[in-house]
Amino acid sequence: MTTWLGRYLPAAGLFVAGLAVWEAFVVVFDIQGFLLPRPSVIAGTFLRELPVVVPAGLFTLREAVGGFAMGAVLAVLAALATARWSLVREGILPFAVAANSTPIIALAPITNQWFGITNPLSKMTVVAVMVFFPVMINMVRGLTEVKTSELELMRSYAARPLEVLWKVRIPNSLPFLFSALKVGTALSVIGAIVAEYFGGSRQALGVYISQQAALFHFAEAWAAIIVGSVMGIGFYAVVLAAERLAMPWHVSLRSG
Amino acid sequence: MAESMVSIDGVHMVFNQGGADEVTALSGIDLEIAPGDFVSLIGPSGCGKSTLLRLIGDLLSPTSGTVTVNGKPASRARLDRDYAMVFQQATLLEWRKVIRNVELPLEIMGMDPRARRAKAREMLDLVELGGFADHYPWQLSGGMQQRVAIARALSFDPALLLMDEPFGALDEMTRERLQMELMRIWQRTGKTIVFVTHSIPEAVFLSTRVVVMSPRPGRIVETIDIDLPRPRTFDTREDPRFFELLTQVREALRGVEVEVP
Repeated sequence: MTTWLGRYLPAAGLFVAGLAVWEAFVVVFDIQGFLLPRPSVIAGTFLRELPVVVPAGLFTLREAVGGFAMGAVLAVLAALATARWSLVREGILPFAVAANSTPIIALAPITNQWFGITNPLSKMTVVAVMVFFPVMINMVRGLTEVKTSELELMRSYAARPLEVLWKVRIPNSLPFLFSALKVGTALSVIGAIVAEYFGGSRQALGVYISQQAALFHFAEAWAAIIVGSVMGIGFYAVVLAAERLAMPWHVSLRSG
Repeated sequence: MAESMVSIDGVHMVFNQGGADEVTALSGIDLEIAPGDFVSLIGPSGCGKSTLLRLIGDLLSPTSGTVTVNGKPASRARLDRDYAMVFQQATLLEWRKVIRNVELPLEIMGMDPRARRAKAREMLDLVELGGFADHYPWQLSGGMQQRVAIARALSFDPALLLMDEPFGALDEMTRERLQMELMRIWQRTGKTIVFVTHSIPEAVFLSTRVVVMSPRPGRIVETIDIDLPRPRTFDTREDPRFFELLTQVREALRGVEVEVP
């Protein structure tokens, strides 16, 4: 318990100190509330707006998680296909790397038109595409960057290719996969919220933020941003927990 | 002479044939290894001793010549799981606990789970690591990891062990302990062992025969019979005959005019 406290106390202290500095900054320099609200005002607004921002957050979280799941599943399947057929890999990978460097969020207005602006699928598609490329690229790396001696070992046992895939390549790829999935959680929340800035259901968090900001209701916008942050952190924590369950052997979990 | 366990006949090995970086790794290799032999391949870096070991294991195919293992072509012997390989690095799968690493070959060979678990436990006991079955590889020292690799290699009872500098990455004391352990296992199981090493004392201490190789291209320059009494013990290393044989191997290596580590 004391070690737990010792580990998190510095971060918690810094957080509180940061809020205090922010609060003091606004008061001392007499900054207009509609430009930068004080944390205490945001907190009050947050509590007042809870019945609105929490459902909005959940609505957007569903888009983020749905798109994430679609993108991640397709990426893993694509990576497995490329591991099986190296010709596919050599054909696809350059495009994947290029696509990974493009601002996919810019597709949002297009998918809005495709699926309808209030249809969650329009946001999920953007999120899925954003998550797809980093996950696929990392997974392919994990499947192919296997130690030569491990492959020789499997060959010496006359193991079939499917066994090499299942017993060596896939376990080897898990650390790569999870590091991409962790990046993907942040991408998916960003993707869903920003896609909603281009229009979406009135229940959506991104729509709420852009509307409140347009009305100079910045405390409300900040309250919604808090919800977005909590969602992002929560989603990350879930994937982190899944990672620990999936690979209890991994370096990151070694203590001492 | 009884039928050979390993028979290498006129083997040449050329990498990147026809390319600008063409390398002749082995040239005109003939070697017979009898069942129960412990043969060390020794020579400076680049003499092709690891390549030769991989040819026996059908991890590489010779450019010309034939490799026969256990009376059949090397490729057939590999498919029949007639040999096991031990590498310089233990090559344990880090996501598997120790016991499941030992089970790996048995799993691939389709042994049922309960039988292979029992077999793996027996093998861990053989290398005196019974208490570490449920550890992950990273929790073990380098020497212990290599013992697990040996247990894994022995688990499916192959006739032949191919060992590629298995103790090369270990400290001297661990190395001598594992040499004793390997001697004990070899005496007990009667395996044929082909052992690649850089170390003259290691080769002389362990082997029934030491094959001295020269580099570029790799050739066999001399084969030295090691007539030290068996079982080999810690006293073997103080036997005057041991020193004579060390000198003999060293002289043979000097003949290849390359500095020996």
